[in-house]
Amino acid sequence: MIDRLSWAAITPELLLLVMVCVIAIYDLFLKSPQRWATHYLTLLTLAAAAFLTGSAALSGQTFSGFGGMVVSDPMGNWLKCFAALTMMVLLIYARPYAGARGMMRGGELYTLGLFGLLGMYVMISGHNLLIIYLGLELLALSSFALVALRRDDLRATEAAMKYFVLGALASGFLLYGMSLVYGATGTLDIRAMAVAIEAGVAQPQVLMLGLVFVVAGLAFKLGAVPFHMWVPDVYHGAPTAITLFIASAPKLAAFAIVMRLLVEGMPALAFDWQQMLAVLAVLSLIVGNLAAVAQSNLKRMLAFSTIAQVGFLLLAFVAGVGADGNTANMSTAYSAAMFYIITYVLTTLAVFGVILLLSRDGFESEEINDLAGLNQRSPLYAGVMAAGMFSLAGVPPLVGFYAKLTVLQALLAAGDGIYLWLAVFAVLMSLVGAFYYLRVVKVMYFDAPTQTAAISAPLELRAVLSLNGALLLLLGLFPGALLALCAQAIASLLV
Amino acid sequence: MGLLSLAIWTPILLGAALLAFGRRLSSQQVRWVALAASLLGLAVTLPLYTGFEIGAAGFQFVEKVLWIERFNVHYHVGVDGISLWLILLTAFTTVIAVIASWESITERVHQYMGAFLILSGAMIGVFAAQDALLFFLFFEATLIPMYLIIGIWGGPNRIYAAYKFFLYTLLGSLLMLLALIYLYNASGGSFDFQVWYDLPLTSTEQTLLFFAFLAAFAVKVPMWPVHTWLPDVHVEAPTAGSAVLAAIMLKLGAYGFLRFSLPITPDASQEWAWLMIALSLIAVIYVGLVALVQQDMKKLVAYSSVAHMGFVTLGFFLFNELALAGAIVQMIAHGFVSAAMFLCIGVLYDRMHSREISDYGGVINPMPKFAAFALLFTMANAGMPGTAGFVGEWMVILGAVQANFWIGLGAATALILGAAYSLLMFKRVYLGAVANDNVKALFDINAREYFVLAVLALAVLFMGVFPKPFTDVMMPAVTELLQHISVSKLP
Repeated sequence: MIDRLSWAAITPELLLLVMVCVIAIYDLFLKSPQRWATHYLTLLTLAAAAFLTGSAALSGQTFSGFGGMVVSDPMGNWLKCFAALTMMVLLIYARPYAGARGMMRGGELYTLGLFGLLGMYVMISGHNLLIIYLGLELLALSSFALVALRRDDLRATEAAMKYFVLGALASGFLLYGMSLVYGATGTLDIRAMAVAIEAGVAQPQVLMLGLVFVVAGLAFKLGAVPFHMWVPDVYHGAPTAITLFIASAPKLAAFAIVMRLLVEGMPALAFDWQQMLAVLAVLSLIVGNLAAVAQSNLKRMLAFSTIAQVGFLLLAFVAGVGADGNTANMSTAYSAAMFYIITYVLTTLAVFGVILLLSRDGFESEEINDLAGLNQRSPLYAGVMAAGMFSLAGVPPLVGFYAKLTVLQALLAAGDGIYLWLAVFAVLMSLVGAFYYLRVVKVMYFDAPTQTAAISAPLELRAVLSLNGALLLLLGLFPGALLALCAQAIASLLV
Repeated sequence: MGLLSLAIWTPILLGAALLAFGRRLSSQQVRWVALAASLLGLAVTLPLYTGFEIGAAGFQFVEKVLWIERFNVHYHVGVDGISLWLILLTAFTTVIAVIASWESITERVHQYMGAFLILSGAMIGVFAAQDALLFFLFFEATLIPMYLIIGIWGGPNRIYAAYKFFLYTLLGSLLMLLALIYLYNASGGSFDFQVWYDLPLTSTEQTLLFFAFLAAFAVKVPMWPVHTWLPDVHVEAPTAGSAVLAAIMLKLGAYGFLRFSLPITPDASQEWAWLMIALSLIAVIYVGLVALVQQDMKKLVAYSSVAHMGFVTLGFFLFNELALAGAIVQMIAHGFVSAAMFLCIGVLYDRMHSREISDYGGVINPMPKFAAFALLFTMANAGMPGTAGFVGEWMVILGAVQANFWIGLGAATALILGAAYSLLMFKRVYLGAVANDNVKALFDINAREYFVLAVLALAVLFMGVFPKPFTDVMMPAVTELLQHISVSKLP
């Protein structure tokens, strides 16, 4: 790894930091309630960030800066690029919704969103426990504030409170775990940590305790059972645009820190954390899928579905190293996880995009029955929603199928079929999942519409939503490029 | 783009176009466009037959392009003697389905027709795929349009039926997916059928794989005891949906046995043949008896479908040429006959809005032309010589007697039962005095219905009198398949 000019490693972060300050100050002088200048300036910033990180990722180079505090590698850069694109799409979807609900009286949506993204960037590129933790907190604080953006909405404030308390608890877990790991290994640097653990530490018990807390903290952030309690309430309570924020881009960053902390930082302990993740995965699949069946509220259902999807994602991490210590499967498994999380975020964007579109002033379209007869009102939006549901259920030819396929393949390739039972279990749980995803399709296509109000949306939104829906199908028909991208990104990380 | 790709993608693309832009057309225009599209879809499959080199083993019209590099998946399609007729049957049935839905579907016609065309292309894709993942994609992709067809345009209890259909078949398919991934890993990263045919597998592996495949295909066929979704779905599905379901979709499962279970796990197939034969005989005899007591015409034909498909699976697991070829002939014959039976019920349902046998009686009096067709199809369903229904059953029974006299005897009872339930239904619905005023007011079939039934009648008679074109095409493929099964793959 070349220790190149330090600043080059954090160019995108610097860009974001400068621009968020500029936008925050500029926005103070704006009178327009539509905040179109802030909107487009933010989109421009995000586009620039996506371009910077995307081109860095394409160059395929890996280098670190500031004495190894941060790293710029293809995996991180791709995740950053997708996170920026996700934020762009999100802001386009959110704008009419936020405008109609008084969330645009100031530019907080934009500044907090950008700060959140900056936090994700720091998390993704951090190669030092402290830096990762700083990024995590920056993201968390922005998210708490965003959930409470509708100050006059009781439900949102309650959700923000829950999110804050449980989020702080999670951060505490993670920080405690990190400090134990530091105590055992004597270093905060991820790479040095891996080397120290490989060589054997003085107090393995402390290290193990630290690992347990780190895994618990990560599970909190990902929303895996039994650390999932905040997910349904926050998804449900937050304004839908903010729910989309919580459900989308931060998942990419969470994936990145799992990679950094566990895969890069503690590969020698893989067997131990795999066992923990396997338990979390099984619990998440059970609780997420079974609880989702019982929901009548669309946002709650999607929250439980997220928990189930996270369970599936964790299976990929379980598959990484065989029980016999065989590491041949590592890049297959982790690239499967990366593919899974990217397609999950893409699908989530489409699904929440439709929900945001259907929510009008004073009416939240969040019960499943609110979608009744959507196909008769707008075949396009019903089609996008159906594509999202079938994709989440993993039915070909939607992209979600390949997400499940890659994970199952990695799982079956690990060892001599030791994870066969996990694969069978995951498949059976997917069937339960199909049941509630199908219900949404059923309501849209088979039921008569209960409301006939015309659905209107700005051209910008309609175009992006159509593209988003089309991508679910196109990536399902031609998943090769994205699969290859994930494989390369992970391969360069593992060398 | 090769001929085969043309056959797959013409209906899919035209169907997608109809979905996207059909809203701007009137319903009548949509119908004509859909008819033209389905005819075009049929037209592009015909060169597959005329250009097919009869007697040659192996696959023809092969196209192979690397598609997903990460998994070494190829867009690999080809036809042999087994899949050729199934592809033609699919394109043919789609035309019939479009014409049969002409008047009965009045709402959201463009979505209905679009779904049917996409379904048709996906089913052709299943029969053409030479790459397991491609096969699986098409196999699963048929679920979505069929789910919507049942759920949107079906009967009063359609939602329950649509769910049952989707979840039952999805469960089977997901277990099959695990088997496919296992084989992919075991073969060192290939989804190619041909590679898997030569892959040595231990006895345990074969057994597990065999049952994973069985889960998928038994549900789809459907075999007893996982057949319960079929009557429910048939009752609720719109007429053309039932016809396509019975004529083609059930064959996807049977076809899966031919492409996966038999050649990939031959030793397990031999070992578990007793089970398959037992299940098939139960389907033939027990489900035949169940059909006998049905009061709903569609249910009766649905159960008779299960019984007839029992013949197909029976033929597969006797491991002789006669039975295997007979089973494949039976697949095609059942395609014609069951489609025709469901269309006949559809004709009556359009007029009376009832499928209860007891609501009818003496239909032959107001509808003589229609009753003539119905009689022919009923006879074919009962397996009367000279109709398509006879050839396959007769071959399977002969093959069964060759293998074991008692199996043959059991299979032969199906002819009696088939005759019993088919003729009983015909007697109660069509013969006798006119039962009530509703029947009296019936009017005979119009030109469109006449045309559809006449085309199917010709097909049924042609296949019954002159089955040679069918058997000639498939024989080399059948021989090759049997060779695969006879070679043990145990390491």
